[in-house]
Amino acid sequence: MSKKAGMEVSLAISEVVKMVDTDVIAAYPITPQTHIVEHLAELVANGELDAEYVPVESEHSAMSACLGASATGARTFTATAGQGLELMHEVVYVAASMRLPIVMAVANRALSSPLSVWGDHSDVMAVRDTGWIQIFVENGQEAVDNTLCAFRMAEDPRVLLPVMVHLDGFHLSHMVEPMIFPEEQEVKEFLPPLQYPLPLNPAKPVSMGDFGPPAIFTEAKWSQEINLEKSKAVILEVWDKFAKKFGRQYKPIETYRCEDADTLLMTMGSYSETAMGAIDNLREKGQKIGLFRLRLWRPFPFEELREVAGSAKNLIVLDRAISFGGPGGPVVSEIRNALYPLEKKPKVVGFVGGLGGRDISPEDFEAIIRRGMEISKKGSDREFEIYGVRE
Amino acid sequence: MAKSEKKPKSENELTWQEVECGGIATEPGSARGYKTGDWRSRKPTYDFSKCIKCAICQTYCPDAAIWPNKEGNYEADMFYCKGCGICAQECPTKVITMAEEKE
Repeated sequence: MSKKAGMEVSLAISEVVKMVDTDVIAAYPITPQTHIVEHLAELVANGELDAEYVPVESEHSAMSACLGASATGARTFTATAGQGLELMHEVVYVAASMRLPIVMAVANRALSSPLSVWGDHSDVMAVRDTGWIQIFVENGQEAVDNTLCAFRMAEDPRVLLPVMVHLDGFHLSHMVEPMIFPEEQEVKEFLPPLQYPLPLNPAKPVSMGDFGPPAIFTEAKWSQEINLEKSKAVILEVWDKFAKKFGRQYKPIETYRCEDADTLLMTMGSYSETAMGAIDNLREKGQKIGLFRLRLWRPFPFEELREVAGSAKNLIVLDRAISFGGPGGPVVSEIRNALYPLEKKPKVVGFVGGLGGRDISPEDFEAIIRRGMEISKKGSDREFEIYGVRE
Repeated sequence: MAKSEKKPKSENELTWQEVECGGIATEPGSARGYKTGDWRSRKPTYDFSKCIKCAICQTYCPDAAIWPNKEGNYEADMFYCKGCGICAQECPTKVITMAEEKE
């Protein structure tokens, strides 16, 4: 029977990495992910986890070492945040294009400068195009469950793609929560051993990451794209299998009180739980408002988004990252793009907020919604709004 | 030595579905099938009467494309020779002259 335990979410993630008998961890510490990698180092040092722990000299080396390990067929894990994710940036693309099933927890952190160790989604948005499967979690239980699911998705022979599990730095990584952990036997039943089809093996040599001239590059990229698109079916299947076994169902888009809503708010990550408070308050006042959250960021859930949002009158999107000199919110620009082909679609208003660890209270969410509806009606001379800036 | 072997489908012919997962090359040594000779715009021509079989050209060739022929004279394999002209530059007895590649 699964056991319930209270601990810091970072440590819970490490516990799951231990439970799945990860083979190789190559990681570099960076706030606010440090507790994940420190705890893993302890688990390996005290023998609880039989793994190769490579304490590399930088995140660039961390991802590089993970590539090599995963290429031999080893179950591989790492974690990073903010600047660390940026430092490994060039190698992140390679993990996906080389189809290596690495799992990485990202404790989302703001990108400098100014130097911020606090959470926002700017690090996530910088790796949108890398080809990884990307999932957002909002609380400790989701972090535990989706770390386990991540291995299952990544290593599925129909997928073989790396997976990022995004959790808000500090706001989630450093929360102490009660979580239900699977039993060892349940994990074994849910997650079969990794069998990489063409690993580096002297007995059967292969070349990986070869040079690709113009004549073949497009084909290689298209093969990668189609595989990422097809992986969505496996992601849904894994979530269904997880629900059957553990009783908790995850979906690409999670909805809250959207059924008869004419205005929708969209968030990603742990701030969603605070937003629910605002939704409840406004519902009590009679407003037909709902919230939906994108759990599956890549591959982007076009169908589900169009279904949830297509019929709403207003859609207010909160981005916790800013794309300078452009659409403002990276997420809102993708939402608009996804809704564009629809004949009937909502008016979309984008807000940037919660940057660099700035809190957003339920009252703040209510203010965002009020202002968003005002802009829906009267328009704005700005492409996007920022919430909470002191003027 | 260094004969051009039967090649798998070249990169100009593979469809996207035929690209191996992750671009992994499963045939070891497949670089041997890559016709770098196509890159040439000049080619080496020989006056073997001057050749002293010292193998300096082979030593300098960046592509390891020069090997002794039947007579023991050192000659470039045109499948790989990129026409860089280093052999012509280094030959102590001036056996080699670079000429325009007409193909």
